[in-house]
Amino acid sequence: MKFRSKMTDVGCLNHFTRVVNTIAKLNKTCILRLTPDNLYFVLSGKVANGGVSMWCELLQVNFFDEYQIEGVSPDANEICLEVAPDNLSRALKTAQTAKSVKIKLTKKHCPCLTIAAELPSLSSVSRVVTHDIPVEVIPRRLWHDFKEPTMPDFDVSIYLPPLKTMKNVVDRMKNLSNYLVIEANLSGEMNLKIETDLVSVTTHFKDLGNPPWGDDASQSKSQSRDLEAMAYTRVDIRKLQQFLAGQQVNPSKAMCNIVHKRIVHLILLHEDVSLQYFIPAVA
Amino acid sequence: MPLSTQSQQEDQQYVLVATLDNVRNLSNILKAITFKDHAIFNATQNGLKVTVEDSKCLQANAFIQADIFQEFVIKEDSVGFQVNLTVLLDCLTIFGGSTVPGVTTALRMCYSGYGFPLTLFLEEGGVVTVCKINTQEPEEPIDFDFCSTNVTNKVILQSDSLREAFSELDMTSEILQITMSPSEPFFRLSTFGNSGNAHYDYPKDSDMMELFQCTKTQTNRYKMSLLKPSTKALALSCKVSVRTDSRGFLSLQYLVRNDDGQICFVEYYCSPDEEVNDE
Repeated sequence: MKFRSKMTDVGCLNHFTRVVNTIAKLNKTCILRLTPDNLYFVLSGKVANGGVSMWCELLQVNFFDEYQIEGVSPDANEICLEVAPDNLSRALKTAQTAKSVKIKLTKKHCPCLTIAAELPSLSSVSRVVTHDIPVEVIPRRLWHDFKEPTMPDFDVSIYLPPLKTMKNVVDRMKNLSNYLVIEANLSGEMNLKIETDLVSVTTHFKDLGNPPWGDDASQSKSQSRDLEAMAYTRVDIRKLQQFLAGQQVNPSKAMCNIVHKRIVHLILLHEDVSLQYFIPAVA
Repeated sequence: MPLSTQSQQEDQQYVLVATLDNVRNLSNILKAITFKDHAIFNATQNGLKVTVEDSKCLQANAFIQADIFQEFVIKEDSVGFQVNLTVLLDCLTIFGGSTVPGVTTALRMCYSGYGFPLTLFLEEGGVVTVCKINTQEPEEPIDFDFCSTNVTNKVILQSDSLREAFSELDMTSEILQITMSPSEPFFRLSTFGNSGNAHYDYPKDSDMMELFQCTKTQTNRYKMSLLKPSTKALALSCKVSVRTDSRGFLSLQYLVRNDDGQICFVEYYCSPDEEVNDE
């Protein structure tokens, strides 16, 4: 098992850091899956983290100048690691001005991701800051937990409003309630609702547009649906807030799929990065 | 439900309808009196008065005159109700209360009468939020019986000068002592804290002093914990009038200028801290 990579472009480094920071805001630990073409940050819907799951996909060629991987075996050319994204984010913070950053898998007292940042200096001798981040190697028999989630057979798919606006609204609603109902229809309308003994609040977004999914997803449910009919899901408001507060990617497209009373599936797309986030319904 | 489709007939069921182009003109002034959850609202033809009280010793009133609102329609002589102020403020700032110029939240506030919720329609950038806040039986605010004829001493100061003093007050002191006098030290704030005593004196001919009308030397003590909330109003205001009456009650009146340059008033009444005599 071998992994070594190198990043020299400052833009790529910043972008990668923002992605890692976003992941770090969402959960304490996650799985980093490395394949010859992609990096994935994965969170599988365990009860311990409130049933939330995440799938973040990065194309390695868009970030790294050098990228070498030798997986566990030739027929399974992958590496699967458990890592605390916060450690990764902290290590990258010191590397913001670096001329180059190397990330490799090393064996110290335990398996580590070693991040070596070469920092600019006035003298001819360059300074290198090295972070060893302990990781746990996930054995192959557990990999099936970290496969790409299938697109749920959603009732409604809709583009999200500007995330800043949505964040402001959800932040205030969180002060008032623990649960939030998110509902949307196929006419580009989405509502966020809370209701408590003291107050009921509904924010109406309209003209959001519904993404055309075409034939690539067998969205049987949404094909024959009344355009005005709302599909809704009640979720833990903190999960939604975490997602909105953490996100630093500035997506070019943000979408939300709702499976009625089951799940909210949020998708952020930004050029080469895609982030999917699943929030399960609460009764 | 966009604001424009709120049909006229629906308006007829309301006893109170008030609209604002900029919700900050209301939310800011309410923030100045937020120290307890319960706020008593009383609307008349003149405008809206919001009262918050603590321990029967402190009362804060915010006055928002009818002409601050773009529309202010009231069908009865007086409309009163009580709501949770923290909840109301969260609703009013649902879009984040942005201070970016050009981005404002419009508000339409409606009340149908006794037993009905207070309904807020807020709009920013085409997004509409509807809030229904449950109302409670309004309590009768305490009458502090603070009469301008009984005022012994009065000064009007630029808020800047008092802000500076209040930000440096020794908060380890349980009380704030205010001395007002026609002779030295004229206007003095004193604290008695862990690290010693401190006095802040304002000469009567200071530039900061707009008006000085003291007839009698008076020294009164007020609980610091009660006066603390008034710093929120001080922070917003441009002028403050400090008055005491013959019983030692304190009245602080703050003149607050809103985003549109209009003037509103916030007023705090505080009862003096009575010395308990063991004898």
